[in-house]
Amino acid sequence: MFDAKVIQMLLEGVRDTLYMTLVSTIIGYAVGLPLGILLNVTGVTGLRPNRIVYRIVDVICNIIRSIPFIILLILLIPFTRFVVGQSYGSNGVIVPLVVCASAYIARVVESSLNEVDHGIIEAAKSMGANNIQIVFKVLLVEAKTSLITGFTITTGLLLGYSAMSGTVGGGGLGDIAVRYGYHRWQADIMITTVILLIIIFQIIQYIGTKIASSLDHRKR
Amino acid sequence: MSEIEIRNLSKKFQIKGQQIVALSEINLNIEKGDIFGIIGMSGAGKSTLVRSINFLEKPTEGEILIDGVNLAELSARELRKKRSEIGMIFQSFNLLEQKNVLDNICFPLEINGIRKKEARKKAKELLAVVKLEDKEKAYPSQLSGGQKQRVAIARALATDPKILLCDEATSALDPQTTEAILNLLREINERLGITIVIITHQMSVVTDICKKVAIIDSGRLVEEGDVETIFESPRSDAAKELISGKTVGRKTYSELEAERKIRIVYRENSAYEPIISNLVLKFNAPVNILKADTKNVNGRAVGEMILGLPDDKELQNELIDYLKEKKLVVTEVTEDV
Repeated sequence: MFDAKVIQMLLEGVRDTLYMTLVSTIIGYAVGLPLGILLNVTGVTGLRPNRIVYRIVDVICNIIRSIPFIILLILLIPFTRFVVGQSYGSNGVIVPLVVCASAYIARVVESSLNEVDHGIIEAAKSMGANNIQIVFKVLLVEAKTSLITGFTITTGLLLGYSAMSGTVGGGGLGDIAVRYGYHRWQADIMITTVILLIIIFQIIQYIGTKIASSLDHRKR
Repeated sequence: MSEIEIRNLSKKFQIKGQQIVALSEINLNIEKGDIFGIIGMSGAGKSTLVRSINFLEKPTEGEILIDGVNLAELSARELRKKRSEIGMIFQSFNLLEQKNVLDNICFPLEINGIRKKEARKKAKELLAVVKLEDKEKAYPSQLSGGQKQRVAIARALATDPKILLCDEATSALDPQTTEAILNLLREINERLGITIVIITHQMSVVTDICKKVAIIDSGRLVEEGDVETIFESPRSDAAKELISGKTVGRKTYSELEAERKIRIVYRENSAYEPIISNLVLKFNAPVNILKADTKNVNGRAVGEMILGLPDDKELQNELIDYLKEKKLVVTEVTEDV
């Protein structure tokens, strides 16, 4: 149906999309996970409530999440240029993706950790556990199923956002869809990219759900 | 020196600008090796009290001394060390759902920096104590309530505590399981000499296992002493209510009304003799049995009965004298049965 050139381009698109999604998810977690823990710990019912710290992180997360991603992409161009030296291409869009993902991940992690039964935390305290032990040995362990589910949802979201970044020359399948489908009216290429995105999304969701349920010991 | 000394303890909470007094001026000494019951209706403040003993709740006023050490004077690190010497079990078990039984029991040891191999060895010994050797690889979701509480007990014992706090530990269990858990606690008390503090709203738990009891009502300590003494002659309203059942808000059946009511408490020895029958035969007077119950107090059968006496004042006194002569504890009952 397609010649070798187009197939080559689609394969590169898949590679770039996966690259953007995975790298931004990983860096997003490196930033968002600690922030989520911070939100949980400093929250009203947390291990160490601190209204000021909570409010600051809370407001920043809300601001980032309330800006539509496509606008965030453009707003962050100067910052992106400062960090990676260019505002386009796969590396260029990773910066706004990470910013957006971090805020989102912080919230997802916070809500996963909030679900941990307070009684279990109290039991750990009664055994003489300190707050760091409670975070790493109780909260993160007890919430792992929920955290993995959150990870899956986040990866799916970033897959969609990475495609959106095609509009500013981000590369990947989104870029191909915009250039060929929108600018050149080549519907077949556009439909192919959409199908590829759907397949990637399904695989991520399938793996995530499988891992989450195989690690969950709560029901059986 | 008492093992646990509670001095003038008060706890106040601020909820929506309103001050709520959860505990007020509690003084209590718990001796080494005791099984001490703290009983009260829900909302009386007993959970706050037990959480004060290991400083999960910091008192607003007053002091907690464990083996003479004032918990308020300890640094955060010292306090955590002290907490690891006080085991605690809960109504909702509070096991780590994502860890299996063995890892749950190892958990307090892991926290205290004990090596894994050593922790596992200890955990296996404790599984034998609570008779769950075959469940070491099971997860909490695969266990029954009673089994979960056994795991929680093993976990609480892992750090070789001197004190075990039980917060409504049997309230979520059925009567048979409750009895099994109480027997286990008694065994632990006798074998290991651990002081056990039991918080409960069930009088049967106290009479079954405790030697001493404190009664908490609306955040105050209203009565304290040997279980048998309090069971025989409760002084406070809260104690009477907990022993004889709830009286407030229940309508009396008109046919159960009598002008004068007495409560008698009898023990094993007197339980063999048909005292009431003899009384009726001797005085040829009708007495109305309004309530009768036998309870197990520390392994001995102790019964209580509430009698409605005939109207004749002189006869009433004769009947009471007769019962007292038979070595029964007789108290007047004024409230509705």
